Amino acid sequence: MATEPLLDATGVAKRYGAVAALKNASLTLRPGEVHALMGANGAGKSTLVKILTGAIPANAGRILVRGQERDIRSPAKARQAGLVPVYQEPSLIPDLDVLSNLRLTQTPVEPFRHWIKELGVPDLDLRDLARDVPLAIQRVLDLARALAVEPDVMLLDEMTAALPANLAERVLDVVKRQSQTGRSVIFISHRFVEIAALCDRATVLRDGATVGVVDIEPGIEEKIVELMLGAKVEKQRVAQKKATEGAAPVDGSTRIAVRNLKVGTKLQDVSFDLKDGEVAGVVALEGQGQDELFAALAGSIRPDGGTIEVDGKAVRFTHPVDAIEKGIAYVPGDRSEALAMQQSVRENIALPFSAAFRNWGPIAKRREDATVQSAIERLQIDTRAQREVQRLSGGNQQKVTIARWIAADARTLLCFDPTRGIDVGTKQEIYKLLRQLAGQGKSVLFYTSELEEVQLVCDRAIVIFGGKVVDVLPVEIADEPALTRAAYGLPRDAKADVGILAEPHAAPEAQP
Amino acid sequence: MSISATTPEQAPLGRRIKRFMSDYPLVPLIILLVLLVLVLNIIQPGILNQRWVGNTIKFAIPLALMAGCQTMTMLTGGIDLSVGTAATMAAFIVATQGAIHDPATAMLMALVPALCIGFVNGIGVGVFRVHPLIMTLGTSLIGVGCLQVYQRTVIASGAKVPDFLIWLGTGVTWGFPNALLLFIPVAALLIFIQKRTGFGRLLYAIGDNERATRLAGVKYWQVILALYMFSSLLAGVMGLLYMGLIRAPSLSLAEPLVLTSVAAAVIGGTSIFGGRGSYTGTIVGALILQVMITLLTVLQMPEGARRMLFGAIILAVTAAYLRIIDDK
Repeated sequence: MATEPLLDATGVAKRYGAVAALKNASLTLRPGEVHALMGANGAGKSTLVKILTGAIPANAGRILVRGQERDIRSPAKARQAGLVPVYQEPSLIPDLDVLSNLRLTQTPVEPFRHWIKELGVPDLDLRDLARDVPLAIQRVLDLARALAVEPDVMLLDEMTAALPANLAERVLDVVKRQSQTGRSVIFISHRFVEIAALCDRATVLRDGATVGVVDIEPGIEEKIVELMLGAKVEKQRVAQKKATEGAAPVDGSTRIAVRNLKVGTKLQDVSFDLKDGEVAGVVALEGQGQDELFAALAGSIRPDGGTIEVDGKAVRFTHPVDAIEKGIAYVPGDRSEALAMQQSVRENIALPFSAAFRNWGPIAKRREDATVQSAIERLQIDTRAQREVQRLSGGNQQKVTIARWIAADARTLLCFDPTRGIDVGTKQEIYKLLRQLAGQGKSVLFYTSELEEVQLVCDRAIVIFGGKVVDVLPVEIADEPALTRAAYGLPRDAKADVGILAEPHAAPEAQP
Repeated sequence: MSISATTPEQAPLGRRIKRFMSDYPLVPLIILLVLLVLVLNIIQPGILNQRWVGNTIKFAIPLALMAGCQTMTMLTGGIDLSVGTAATMAAFIVATQGAIHDPATAMLMALVPALCIGFVNGIGVGVFRVHPLIMTLGTSLIGVGCLQVYQRTVIASGAKVPDFLIWLGTGVTWGFPNALLLFIPVAALLIFIQKRTGFGRLLYAIGDNERATRLAGVKYWQVILALYMFSSLLAGVMGLLYMGLIRAPSLSLAEPLVLTSVAAAVIGGTSIFGGRGSYTGTIVGALILQVMITLLTVLQMPEGARRMLFGAIILAVTAAYLRIIDDK
């Protein structure tokens, strides 16, 4: 196309210490197009968006706006250059009313009123405090606020994620019309359906670099998934064989039965069984409701609907202790959530022993020693620096969070991304341990953001998308490409004949 | 995976000393205490006799008891500013009721309002999540108000401090203050609770990471309620002892000790953010403060200058101490 691009970024790089969040990203935006920005978790989408909107500075790269190099090193300057973001989290200041929020960003009020009407929110009092406005509406207000300043380039990050269907439709409609006036939109979404309906082209990021720019046309989703995965597709075929050996499905009785579970807006309707003697994998893109699912099973939050049955009896957890008494233990992915960092390894492992009022008395030192020591040995925790857990390495800290529940002899472990950010050796040990536990008839629910782990550890993979279970893959076919496809809500085994413009959520298992 | 687990023999000397101090925080404190006593002996040669030691201990004990309340609550990241009122109430009630009832009944009656204050504190902090500073300040003010009302009703009956308390507060047996008979078991109990009971372990863990304790099945409000009731009870007991020592009931008897007790706990190495500290450190901290008070008295400074110096020393000691034991 001969027209000059609205935005042209090339060679953008960003490092955080030794970690490269972006290595070599580029993005070219034509006038009047809706451009999808895609990539797996951690590919660098958010970093690129933040750089383009002045939230963080790039270490390298050239960014041209309408052919000119512009200073966009602060959000205000990026706005002046015509780049306006709408982030995933609402950005209104909760303690100001809507009008004051508008003044804060020098947003003209009349266009704002016009846009909120267009977006389907007619009855809004601008004097309302932002905190009193429902979350979904806040996101729409964010969008209207961006639209009102008539930006050349709007960056929408997961705009429709928390919206009910009718609002989402209006939003997509407005975005589409926006592009017809010659303005452009960068659209980040995990939903192929929206991208197909809305976008003209897509830029795909992988490991911090742009790996392809494609036109959106029927059947393109396979190409995009391939680009997102890259060489991993090849690699995975080899690993698969090894994995199936370890995963010997045991026909245990049902330990936990989840039916139509609903939590907040994120987790819509999830049903599955967890059996004794199995490791069930949970796979989902970020923010699809998996956090809420684990929190509800762990008793941290109360579900809004549906039932949880443990050993055939319905339960209502009001505090984590209720789940613990049923033998269900939660191992959070964030170690700082589970550990008392200034206390010793022993105190951390033994913490649940003292939790109940009846155990507040003198500690039976000898018995505790034996239990703690056997848990430490079982997980091979390096205890040279055991006086304070914060002196341990990340991998050893993670082992302590698991050792606690091994010592407490929990029957079910809910492991939320337990291998995030730890070294390869420890990862292997954790895989082995989880398999051993399953071998002893215990059950494990295992969420992982590293898809290759599914075939190494799990007996099957439960895939959640948009707060619903969209597929349950047996381990034999749960390789990385299949999981990625499923995690994006794409149907299984339907590579060529189902185009991207086909019905949404066409996975056969997901249909009610 | 074991990279960060640096063993002491590999680390440079400075870091090893720091780690040693961090592992044994009592060592620098005791060194400081000895230094202070030596300085005192240089300024006023001959002061270091048995009588002085006995007196210092006698006055350090009420401070150390009250600082025990602070140590316990601070372990969870809290603070108890109502201990002054709880102690004063107990003292005032035992003196006034001592004139009517027998000593044992009077003492039991004296501890009831202290327990009530602790109960309200515990409910406020544990259930309604009011910040401990505000909660205990509030109950403290309410308590003082109640005491003023109570004072009017008993003004006619006069006051009598039970003889047992006077014996305990001021008496000396074979050169040792009798107050040690109360203090040693109480201190042993506190240390035992902190080191060897499930309750003590929960205090440290809650101060360190409350969310983690919740995930481990701990019910926060139960621990906090028990803690603040215990703290108030201890303050009440301290009030009884202090009454025996001072022997003159007043409505602000123990109040001046409250902030000093916070200082004693902090100097003793208890982190005001929770999770770290021990009662042994607090005892040494209380002794350090008591010796400093003597030191400033013998320097014969005007009261204003003495207070300024006292405050400055507390700041300096705390800052230096945190530097020494901070291992990061």
